[in-house]
Amino acid sequence: MSRHEATRADVCALAIAECFRDDGEIMVSAMGTSPSLGARLAKSTFEPDLLMTDGFNLLLRKALPLGVAPSDHDVEGWMPFGAVFDTLWWGRRHVMMGASQVDQFGNQNIACIGRWEQPKAQLLGVRGAPGNTINHVTSYWVPNHNARALVAKVDMVSGVGYDRAAALGPNTSRFHEIRRVVSNLGVFDFNTPDHRMRVVSLHPGVKLQQVIDNTGFELVVPDGLDTTPVPTPEQLGVLRELDPQGHAQKEVAT
Amino acid sequence: MDKRMTVDEAVADVADGMTIGIGGWGSRRKPMAFVRALVRKSVKDLTVVSYGGPDIGILCATGQLKKAVYGFVSLDSIPLEPHFRKARQNGALEAVELDEGMFLLGLRAAAQRLPFLPTRAGLGSDVLKINPHLKTVKSPYEDGEELVAVPALNVDVAFIHMNRADASGNGQALGRDPYFDNLYCMAAKKAYMSCEKIVSTDELVSGGPLQSLLINRMMVSGVVEAPGGAHFTECPPDYPRDEKLQREYAATAKDEDAWKAFRAKYLDVTEADYQTAVSP
Repeated sequence: MSRHEATRADVCALAIAECFRDDGEIMVSAMGTSPSLGARLAKSTFEPDLLMTDGFNLLLRKALPLGVAPSDHDVEGWMPFGAVFDTLWWGRRHVMMGASQVDQFGNQNIACIGRWEQPKAQLLGVRGAPGNTINHVTSYWVPNHNARALVAKVDMVSGVGYDRAAALGPNTSRFHEIRRVVSNLGVFDFNTPDHRMRVVSLHPGVKLQQVIDNTGFELVVPDGLDTTPVPTPEQLGVLRELDPQGHAQKEVAT
Repeated sequence: MDKRMTVDEAVADVADGMTIGIGGWGSRRKPMAFVRALVRKSVKDLTVVSYGGPDIGILCATGQLKKAVYGFVSLDSIPLEPHFRKARQNGALEAVELDEGMFLLGLRAAAQRLPFLPTRAGLGSDVLKINPHLKTVKSPYEDGEELVAVPALNVDVAFIHMNRADASGNGQALGRDPYFDNLYCMAAKKAYMSCEKIVSTDELVSGGPLQSLLINRMMVSGVVEAPGGAHFTECPPDYPRDEKLQREYAATAKDEDAWKAFRAKYLDVTEADYQTAVSP
C-alpha cells in the first residue's frame, strides 16, 4: 500500500467522507471499517464540526486512527446508549450502516435472509435501522456490490426506503432521507423524480456494464456519468495516518 | 432492610412460563450468575426481554427459552449470537424483534405503568409486519401524526448486575454506560441485583460519582454478592470480556458434543465451581 497511489479502498473512503459534507455540528455514527475511516477523514479535513464517538460512549475531539483507544485528553463528551436514542429521535445524526440487501428505493435489510418467521440465515436483526431511517439522514455502505446485495426486493425492510416513506405521507416522512449508497464499484443516490436509485459516479476503472451486471434492478443512469474523485495526496496522507494497518484495504473487494 | 441472599435464593420464585427481564447490553454487564442459576433451576417455557447477548443464547441452547423479546441479540465482538441464530433458523423460538429504540420505549412504558409510548420508529418498516400485535396511534393534537404505540414490556422478574451495591439494595454502575438496568427493575414485579462486591453504604457513596448510583433500594427485592457475576461478559472497570471463553461458547453452537461438554463444565455446576473453572 503506497503512500502516494490511491487504491479502490481509498476512493471508497473519500466517497464515504463526501456523504457527510456540509453536515456540520451533528453526530455521525459510522458502522464498519470503511465507514469509520471515511467519517474520520471527513472530520479530519473538511467537516471538523462533526461529533463522533469512540464506537462506545465517549465523544472525541478529533478523529483517531482506527483501533487506537482514546486517552482522557481526546474526550469532549459522553454519549451512552440512552443519549444515542435521544439524539437520533432529536434528528441531529447521520448514520452510515451496512446493508446485506438494498433495493432500488433504498429499502435496506440487515435482519435476515429468507422468511423472517424461520429465516434461512438470521443476520443482525433490524437493530436501529427502522428508527434511524424515519428520524434522520442515513447512508449505506456495500463493500461487495453484487446482485445478491443490490436486489429488486429486500427480504425484510429494516431501514425504510423512499417508496415506503412516500406511502406514509409527507408529514410522517419529513425527516426521512437516504442520502447515498457507496459501494466498492460506485456512488449512488436517489435524486430522481420517483426516488429510484441513480448512479452518481463510478470508481476509477469500473465500467458501467459491470455495475449493471451486478445490480438486481434497473439503475437510473444519467448522461455524462462522473468518475468518483480520487483522494488528493493530502487526503491520502490523512487516510494513511487514520488507517496505518490498512484495515479498510482488506474490506474492499475490487 | 438487609436484602442479601444467594443467587439460587434469588431465582427461587421463577416459575415455568414466566417473563424475565435481563439487564446489561449485548455481551456487556449481563447478570450471568443469575442466568446460570436459571439453567441450574431448569425452569422452562421462559420469555426473556433483553438487549440480548449470551443470556438469550444460553437459554436457547438449554431449550428453556420459549420466546425472546429483543432489540438485538449479539455478542459484540462476535456480532451474530450463534445459539440464538441456530434457534431462529430451526424455527425453535418465538421472537418479538423490535427496533432498538422501540425496545427502550417499551421498557419505559412498563416502568411508568403506561400501556404504550409513541414513536416514529418502526413506521414504514417490516417491524410492524412481523409484529402484528403492534398498533399505531393518532396524535390527538393538530398535527394528527400517526405514530407507533410501543406496548409496555412488563416483566415478572428482572435480573441485573452492578459493580457495587450495599446490603439494602442501592446499586452502583461504575462503567461508562449505565444501560437501562433501572428500567428493567421498574418494569418488573420483582427485581434482583447481583454485584461484584457488597460494601457499606458509606463505601458505596464514596466509591464513585453520585450519578453512578443507578439503582436505589426501592427497585430491588434481593441483593447477591457474585464476584465475576457478569463473566464471561464485560464488567468494566472490574474486568473486560473473557473473549477466549466467549469464543469457546460460540463455537459450541456448531457441535453438539462441544455444547454438552461446555454445559457440563460451566453451567451444570455451582456458581462457585464456575468461578473456579474460569479463574486463570
